[in-house]
Amino acid sequence: MTPRSTYQRLLGWAGLLVVILILSFLILPAAVVTIAAFNDKAILSFPPQAWSWRWFARALEYQDFRDGFKNGMIVTACSSSIALLVGAMFAFVIDRYQFAFKRVIEGVLVSPLVIPHFTVGLGFLILAAQIGWSRGFAVVVTCHVILVLPFVLRSVYVSLRNLDQSYELAAASLGATPLRVLLTVTLPLLLPGLVSGWLFAAILSFNEFTASLFVTSQRTQTLPVAMYNYVREFADPSMAALSVMYIVGTATLIALANRFLGLGKVLNIEQNS
Amino acid sequence: MAEPAPIGSGNDAAVTFDAVVKRFGDVTALNNVSLEIGRGEFMTLLGPSGCGKTTLLKLAAGFLGPDSGAIAIDGQRVNDVPTYKREIGMMFQNYALFPHMNVAENVAYGLKTRHVPRHERDKRVREALALVKLTGMEDRRPRNLSGGQQQRVALARALVINPTVLLLDEPFSALDKNLRASMQIELREIQRKLGLTTIFVTHDQSEALSLSDRMAVMSEGQIRQLGAPLEVYRRPRDRFVASFVGDTNRMRGELVGIASPDAVIALGEMRIKVPSETLSGAQLSAPIDLFVRPEHLRITPAGEPGTIVGKVVTQTYHGGHVDLLIECRACSEDHLLIRSVGDQALLRWPPDTEVGIAIEAEGCAAFPVA
Repeated sequence: MTPRSTYQRLLGWAGLLVVILILSFLILPAAVVTIAAFNDKAILSFPPQAWSWRWFARALEYQDFRDGFKNGMIVTACSSSIALLVGAMFAFVIDRYQFAFKRVIEGVLVSPLVIPHFTVGLGFLILAAQIGWSRGFAVVVTCHVILVLPFVLRSVYVSLRNLDQSYELAAASLGATPLRVLLTVTLPLLLPGLVSGWLFAAILSFNEFTASLFVTSQRTQTLPVAMYNYVREFADPSMAALSVMYIVGTATLIALANRFLGLGKVLNIEQNS
Repeated sequence: MAEPAPIGSGNDAAVTFDAVVKRFGDVTALNNVSLEIGRGEFMTLLGPSGCGKTTLLKLAAGFLGPDSGAIAIDGQRVNDVPTYKREIGMMFQNYALFPHMNVAENVAYGLKTRHVPRHERDKRVREALALVKLTGMEDRRPRNLSGGQQQRVALARALVINPTVLLLDEPFSALDKNLRASMQIELREIQRKLGLTTIFVTHDQSEALSLSDRMAVMSEGQIRQLGAPLEVYRRPRDRFVASFVGDTNRMRGELVGIASPDAVIALGEMRIKVPSETLSGAQLSAPIDLFVRPEHLRITPAGEPGTIVGKVVTQTYHGGHVDLLIECRACSEDHLLIRSVGDQALLRWPPDTEVGIAIEAEGCAAFPVA
């Protein structure tokens, strides 16, 4: 190993410091909220003077949060599953076929990325009122499908690109019909991509607030909307407690995905071997 | 040596390509290619990348369709038959073993698609794995196998369905040299034993020479020469084949006499007799490219009559043979390669030694300068 000059060593330490600062900055909000959640006082003060679990109990008992959680689960399960189905089909078509207006269709499919969520929400609100669509779950789910579709599409598309076509050709050469190739070779090999797409969609949908605020009603409000309504009236740490549960829940989900499928594969940053 | 399989007349051939044309955009990948592959024949498609050999194989497999012309397998026209209805076994360059299935499941795949009953399926998988010497590996995943083992699984998977024709797409290119040689021998043994019609695609001319019953040398979408390896090596039909198949030396000479079936080429003081068939249309005293195999050049003492003069550059010992690089004025390329075996190979030639070079007329092919 070559000896390092003082200058190089200094540069190394400075670099390390910058990295640590950036990383701390990333987890700063989560850390603050987590600490605030254990505050015994009924105000969101920081740092807390006394400690307690009671806001966790309060958050779990509060009826609006319970309903919001249930509604959110329904909306998330439906919208991410529908988005997966639709997104996967479009990803397939775009990857495998050449046709006119392909770029246009791709553009439309990823357009929710550039259209603000409140625009989508407002649009749906107007539309629903215009055609007399009641503000039930259907509106919320449809809205969420549109918002998460680009992410599912992208995830499945990348997996398809990475899929070596010779597997499918080999299956065909062994006498497998196109449907059989799809079911026994293509889909199993795409599974990590499909799961990752679904997972992203689910997390996004469950956290979606802006558009949901427009399209939900008292009956269908999702958890973020319920939290918003709560914070307009109260300022106690139950919000923070809920946030902590949110983070733990999502982290558990990703950890499970990592355990069974490998995070590298799920996040599409690792090539299939 | 095995007799090359008799070449069928139309319906006796296992695979027939008839005036096949395939274009990709502006590029003509196959330009009017016709080829018949006899039953049990080991046919090699040899050529540099982009010559159309892989396209031809894909047409046989049904991965692509021809723009015009006809393809027949077992006498049946298959232009419009999808891959899964053709009775083919295919081995891919990267083997394409299904990573989510174990060895036995991989091999059984083609039997399942054919709805072979379970007990017979198990039996045939066992037999196929025994044939490729992989008994006991049934439960392994492909990623836990060595390259050679993966190739055996791929072969077993292709063979177990008793295909009409076996298609091999550069299957040895990922193996190291020693393993490659032993796998080649093994594959050829199995192929002979089963009498399996085989189309083998490679860019490796030595592989083609050592394995084939017949080989088709391809370039720019056309078959330049079709014949047994010996014939292609000894009597290349054009400059491309002469320089692509086997090592060779190119020397510039002059046509001094032509009278079918022989022509005489002057190379300095030397006169060399070559077959005239490849020189049709050449005028007397026209410049001629003479292709000479390195084993048909011989070192003589310097100044011996009937030889050309050269100077040793290097001598490389290869065990069985010795390669000498010679600098000489008569050759159009930088150096002459001389390959000697037996007693000749025992002689030492230090660099800068003046030597004479004799050419054995037997090993020469001559073409008019392009």
